[in-house]
Amino acid sequence: MLYSKKVMDHFANPRNVGEIEDADGIGEVGNAKCGDIMKMYIKVDGDIVSDCKFKTFGCGAAVATSSIATEMIKGKRIDDALKLTNKAVIEALDGLPSQKIHCSVLAEQAVKAALSDYYRKNGIDPEPIMGKIDAHKSEDE
Amino acid sequence: MKHSYIYADNAATTAVSPKVLDAMLPYFTEQAGNPSSIYKHGRDAQKAIEISREKVAAVLGCTPTEIYFTSCGTESDNWAIRSVALRLGEKGKKHIITTAIEHHAVLHTCQYLEKQGFEVTYLPVNEDGFITAEQVSSAIRNDTALVTIMYANNEIGTIMPINKIAGICHERGVLFHTDAVQAIGNIPINVKEQGIDMLSLSGHKIHAPKGIGALYVRKGIPLPNLLFGGGQERGKRPGTENVPSIVALGEAITEACSDITGKARNVERLRNKIIDGIITIEGSRLNGSRENRLSGNANVSFLGVEGEALLLLLDLKGICASSGSACTSGSLDPSHVLLALGLPHEIAHGSLRITISEEITDDDADYIISSIRDAVGHLREMSPLWEEVVNGKEHTRKLLKFVSEIKTKS
Repeated sequence: MLYSKKVMDHFANPRNVGEIEDADGIGEVGNAKCGDIMKMYIKVDGDIVSDCKFKTFGCGAAVATSSIATEMIKGKRIDDALKLTNKAVIEALDGLPSQKIHCSVLAEQAVKAALSDYYRKNGIDPEPIMGKIDAHKSEDE
Repeated sequence: MKHSYIYADNAATTAVSPKVLDAMLPYFTEQAGNPSSIYKHGRDAQKAIEISREKVAAVLGCTPTEIYFTSCGTESDNWAIRSVALRLGEKGKKHIITTAIEHHAVLHTCQYLEKQGFEVTYLPVNEDGFITAEQVSSAIRNDTALVTIMYANNEIGTIMPINKIAGICHERGVLFHTDAVQAIGNIPINVKEQGIDMLSLSGHKIHAPKGIGALYVRKGIPLPNLLFGGGQERGKRPGTENVPSIVALGEAITEACSDITGKARNVERLRNKIIDGIITIEGSRLNGSRENRLSGNANVSFLGVEGEALLLLLDLKGICASSGSACTSGSLDPSHVLLALGLPHEIAHGSLRITISEEITDDDADYIISSIRDAVGHLREMSPLWEEVVNGKEHTRKLLKFVSEIKTKS
């Protein structure tokens, strides 16, 4: 299996690793049984995602997709962050091996889960805005 | 040989040794004759094949006519199992006994036979990765055609009680085949003394090239053809012989099987040093037993870490290793061997296999240990699973009994 240079760079030097203590939104997707969990923290300033951090348990692609996803939404307007797709994540990483596509899907969902949490905390129902999010959580959690 | 990296994945494959390379090279060029040709060039190639066959037979303690060269261990396994099934299945013997931790070459052959109407018993292993001869004994039925059990496991290195199993099979009149791909060169084997009816081996695990294997079949056991064609391999496995690789296998097996115990002693000392250096990491576990284990094999799981990520970090540090994580296999489930030990998926995902050879030094072992400790620490820092474990989250508690003690916050 071959990872692109970009994937290896984001895996070896992940950007924005960590937590935001007073985060405005936290999203967690995936489950340990399947071998990947992504946790995304966002800070919102007005309508801008002013900060974004992540923690990930998973393979090289899981770390790299989380890392690049934080870069892709940090400093962006919420509306734009909502438009992040797994395709865009794959393109930004110069491609992913086919069996790793699900990592990019998880990264997109982690961002959306964090934004949903932000909406909920502000008394807004996120579902009409972004639809239902499949968090890929296992039943026993 | 000096490398810019540390090779700790000898169970996956090995480099061709200089002596083996020297032995095989002429058969690509000045001695490239077809062994079936009548002139000297061809006869010399034929002679080289037969000398190699004698070498393999000498190491295994059988006669040369009981050795068939194949292209790999997988081919040998397929041939052995399917030939017995084909022959005895017709006589109503449609039951096969194997273990849950076999290599896929055996498991998938058995699964194929199940679709052909065979019944297969997959013996479960205990938490240390062993089956017992008693399990085999109670699984044997009147319609059992074959018992096929690996000599030593490729992932966790556990060595099965082959002598006892072979003894029981003989008492009960059932054929016994063993996949000895990992055992060859690590454990002294004598098929006659041990009562092994069929044995598969592969060259590239013992410093011969990839693409060569052998199958031992005890004289008197009818062997249906694998392929149909010319008269090579006594007509059973036709196709122009891979002369250079056959020569290489003869050379490699002789080298690998000389002074096995002496070589194993040092490898085992360094392997133990590595195990001791990494299982002191909190939240880790050694998979497979310490005893009756291949001398170069260490297999350790680290809770909160995913195996592929660990391998990539070690690769960046110049260490080649392997994992039972699903992410390295391209499937969704982690290693069937680790799951058969009773490990939960969460822990099986975080496994690391180190398989060293006598090329490893004490300094290498120290470097391997410190690199693993750093890598596990780095990955745990960014792992939400590890965070939950340390915070004593309810759903992670069930995982704790599988690993060494962790300082939790609650």
